[in-house]
Amino acid sequence: MGHFKATHEMDVMIEETGFDDHFHDHHHGDKYQSSFIGHYIFSMDHKIIARQFLFTGIFWAIIGAAMSIVFRLQLGFPEESLAWLKPVLGKWIVVNSEGIGTLAPEFYYALVTMHGTIIVFFVLTAGLSGTFSNLLIPLQLGARDMASPFLNMLSYWFFFLASVVMFYSLFLSTGPFSGGWTAYPPLSALPQASSGSGAGMTLWLVSLTLFVVSVLLGGINYVTTVLNLRTKGMTMWRMPLTIWAFFVTAILGILSFPVLASGFFMLMCDRGLGTSFFLSEIFIEGQALDYIGGSPILYQHLFWFLGHPEVYIIILPAMGLTSEVLSVHARKPIFGYKAMVYSILAIGFLSFIVWAHHMFMSGVNPFISNFFVVFTLIIAVPSAVKVFNWITTLYGGNIRLNSAMLFAIGFVSMFISGGLTGIFLGNSAIDIQMHDTYFVVAHFHIVMGIAAFFGMFAGIYHWYPKMFGRFMNETIGKLHFWGTMIGAYAIFWPMHYIGMAGVPRRYYSFETFDAFAHFDDMNKFITISAIVVFAIQIMFVINFVSSIWKGKKMTTRNPWGATTLEWTTPIETGHGNWDGKIPVVHRWAYDYGKDGKDFIDQVTPMAEGEVPGDH
Amino acid sequence: MSGLIAIIIVILLAVILVQLGRVSDLAAKIRGEEKVEQQGNDRTAFWLVIFMIVFLIGCVVSAYYYKDVMLGYGPHQSASAHGGDLDSLFNVTLFFTGIVFILTQILLFWYSYKYRYKKGRVSKFFVHSTSLEMVWTIIPAIVMTFLVVKGLMVWNSVMPDVGPEDEVLEIEATGYQFAWDIRYPGKDGQLGTKDFTKIQPGYNDLGMDWNDEKTHDDIVLSGADIIYLPVDTMVRVRITSKDVLHNFYLPHFRVKMDAIPGLPTYFIFTPTVTTEEYRERLRDYPEWQVPADPTEPDGPQRWEAFDYELACAELCGTGHYSMRRIVRIVSLEEYNEWAAGRTSFYYDNVRNTDDDPFKGKLLNSEIKNRKRDLNKAFNNALSATDEAAKTIRLEHVFFATGSATLEDRSKYELNNVADLIKKNNVTVELAGHTDSVGDDAGNMSLSEARAQSVLDYLLNKGVSGLSAKGYGETQPVGDNETEEGRAENRRTELRIK
Repeated sequence: MGHFKATHEMDVMIEETGFDDHFHDHHHGDKYQSSFIGHYIFSMDHKIIARQFLFTGIFWAIIGAAMSIVFRLQLGFPEESLAWLKPVLGKWIVVNSEGIGTLAPEFYYALVTMHGTIIVFFVLTAGLSGTFSNLLIPLQLGARDMASPFLNMLSYWFFFLASVVMFYSLFLSTGPFSGGWTAYPPLSALPQASSGSGAGMTLWLVSLTLFVVSVLLGGINYVTTVLNLRTKGMTMWRMPLTIWAFFVTAILGILSFPVLASGFFMLMCDRGLGTSFFLSEIFIEGQALDYIGGSPILYQHLFWFLGHPEVYIIILPAMGLTSEVLSVHARKPIFGYKAMVYSILAIGFLSFIVWAHHMFMSGVNPFISNFFVVFTLIIAVPSAVKVFNWITTLYGGNIRLNSAMLFAIGFVSMFISGGLTGIFLGNSAIDIQMHDTYFVVAHFHIVMGIAAFFGMFAGIYHWYPKMFGRFMNETIGKLHFWGTMIGAYAIFWPMHYIGMAGVPRRYYSFETFDAFAHFDDMNKFITISAIVVFAIQIMFVINFVSSIWKGKKMTTRNPWGATTLEWTTPIETGHGNWDGKIPVVHRWAYDYGKDGKDFIDQVTPMAEGEVPGDH
Repeated sequence: MSGLIAIIIVILLAVILVQLGRVSDLAAKIRGEEKVEQQGNDRTAFWLVIFMIVFLIGCVVSAYYYKDVMLGYGPHQSASAHGGDLDSLFNVTLFFTGIVFILTQILLFWYSYKYRYKKGRVSKFFVHSTSLEMVWTIIPAIVMTFLVVKGLMVWNSVMPDVGPEDEVLEIEATGYQFAWDIRYPGKDGQLGTKDFTKIQPGYNDLGMDWNDEKTHDDIVLSGADIIYLPVDTMVRVRITSKDVLHNFYLPHFRVKMDAIPGLPTYFIFTPTVTTEEYRERLRDYPEWQVPADPTEPDGPQRWEAFDYELACAELCGTGHYSMRRIVRIVSLEEYNEWAAGRTSFYYDNVRNTDDDPFKGKLLNSEIKNRKRDLNKAFNNALSATDEAAKTIRLEHVFFATGSATLEDRSKYELNNVADLIKKNNVTVELAGHTDSVGDDAGNMSLSEARAQSVLDYLLNKGVSGLSAKGYGETQPVGDNETEEGRAENRRTELRIK
């Protein structure tokens, strides 16, 4: 033991009951954090890396959301002039002789594509899982850092590189990739088919390949850390649900992203080397191409073999964060902890055998769809268990309705609304009509877009003090919640009706078709709602940034009265997380309201004759 | 510009709200945080319940308000045989999920309200309950089983391909950037082969392979032609694409299937409501009783202008949103009448051009049809009395240009003629005619030589009672000023004496 003298009662307890891993014995100061660059830029500290992921994620979220506002303006107000956007979007706004500016259809599709790519990968994968896995896995497990801090650093910097490449592609003269975030060939393979399929697609592929590297480096680290660096007493069954969620998420990522990468490599070969993995019998621009024998459906299989686990890669961390936040602020153990864990595992497993439900109408053998319908709808069962367990967690609680808790409740509401529409779409017969309509747009935005954002917001409000030593402004936080909750439903609820009417997604204009042209009012309403929600997110960002310096200071280590280990570290948590010994865990993470006590943290030893909470 | 101002206003509003938030936090400090927190908590809990009530009422009311776009309700009923099953499956699912939706949302918000923070209260230590968890595992499992079974029954009745015994009209839809080409099978009821390397833009856009005689009667609808289909007839659409993925989407018929280059797909459906009947159905709804074109208040109403539409539902590039075609469902009689008015692409554009692999050859179908026509004409001629009706033009007798040498393909016609003459035991005159090009004497001798060639051929086949005569250009039947007319005039005839 070095020169550490415990004064805080928690430190004293850790010194008494903790485990000495001799972490502080051999170096004075911190070799990792000796310079500004080492500390803040090429940092190997998981807490800094978490913040790097978060800041980059927020940056991308603003861009991705702003893009959606531009294309929503086109859909809601196709007749209004967009000439005022000319200074930003340049040649993509075509101004006619009367000064009326219209969004070029090519760029509309580029915006839709980039919106999807950015939000799915950069915001809800890197920004959400990257942030909280990094922040919480070592802290909640009682580890000094990740198993490999160096790989962890590389994970962020590969993401950063991916971001730079993608950002650069936005400024190409041929425009960024515009063939949809799923990038189905032949559209994505042939530069003749769409202007964005030229250099834009090349950069898209490069960027996402770098991104896959980032996810794999991160994921291997998360899994290794969870398996090997749990502190003494932290059995798997004592881990908080956040960790279970991150753990399964990381496994899903490791198993599925390489398949996506292989699909990308084959697509690159088709684009550059003249192979025919995905292309066959194509006649385009007056020319019959040489490709023969490939199948575009093969790409779809490879894509969705990632793509479906990907939606759980997005939603599982949000579920984990929600479970934790609900439990802490309801002052109650999460209901049915083991059932929650088994649900996560079941969802994780099932997510690998349902991918073709995205392809019912893509020309696969209809017989095969039978299996995918069955597996898909089975997912409803563990999902239902989770929802009922969250609701029962609230039952009999003593609920603090702060911003974090509100977003956690909002998550459950969104997950119910969006999850139930999945039961329609998972049934292939209904999907015949609903596939690629606005019903699908409504479904996945609510269940994995809005819900995941809600989980992320709950996490940010809850762990903000841990990250920055200050609180975010509560009043703005509540406004943020109400605006987002009402606004998100206002945006996506009407889309169900538009979808039932049969209106297809990814339409630049609805005027061509009589069947799709009569929802102007609803489209205006949706666009206005989207603008309002966007403004409210800007308010959140201002709150987020200004609170770093001006937020209310954190004066106690454990402001929420939580049981988990991250709240046992000093307010200014340095490298290595605990100044002295590392804490030893004596109980599960959910002893709230037990034996008449508000909470008992995990480091407190069992009293004599005490029955474990998770018996 | 107005947009820019609006955005600035929005940003300013955000800033103002941030400041307001700060002020209210400061105020909380002054008034004593704990009390303010308790009040704030109560207020938030109250608003959660209000939100829940407004939200749920909003869901139900909006669903009622938009009932006319709900599947299977009002005007939005399926126009195909299988569509109704889909719609009812949708509504059964809506029923179950609706119950779960309302119950869980109520519980979620109500518990948030009821168990809101009260100072000094210790929450219930309620960790788990096996029986409760069993209930909410088993009930969803049962409901899911029901929906899966029902769903798969519908799916497996809609999707399988036709069997050999099914009576089906097969048409082909080919998507390309950014329109559809539609092909009908013609009289043989079969679509001919196509090959993307044989595509000639603006001409043979589908790459139909003329070597396959099944293509010869295929009908290709041009650009804006309406797709006609007969009501109550099973239609199999063969769906293909020339360039990128498209999707053949007929919203009113609950039909949707990707079009894939190199991999034909299909969708089978039976239209059950004609366009006229669907219009009548729409007539009852106020939203359809408005002018179709708002700028023309006296023009046709929306229900009168209604048409089924074909759309693309798979992102295919810049013009994805514009791949519209009109589909019209009519009675079988109307359909047959319409189909009879279509002519085949091959005979209109290809036959005997350089692109025709059968150029200068007779097609099996032509030989067969000609035999039938010749028999008929011969029988008519036998019973006729006037000279003109006793004359039969030998359509399939061909000579090399400027000579009297019979082309090989003339044998089909002449063999038939030989059989007919022998069977009916009649005397005939073979008459040669030319057009007016060249000098009269030359034409006369050419026509004589040609008539003689035919006679020699028939003699060889053992026919007797023949005579041959050349008429040169003296008996034109067409206008020698035009190419068509001259072709009419160059002919060999047979006269029954």
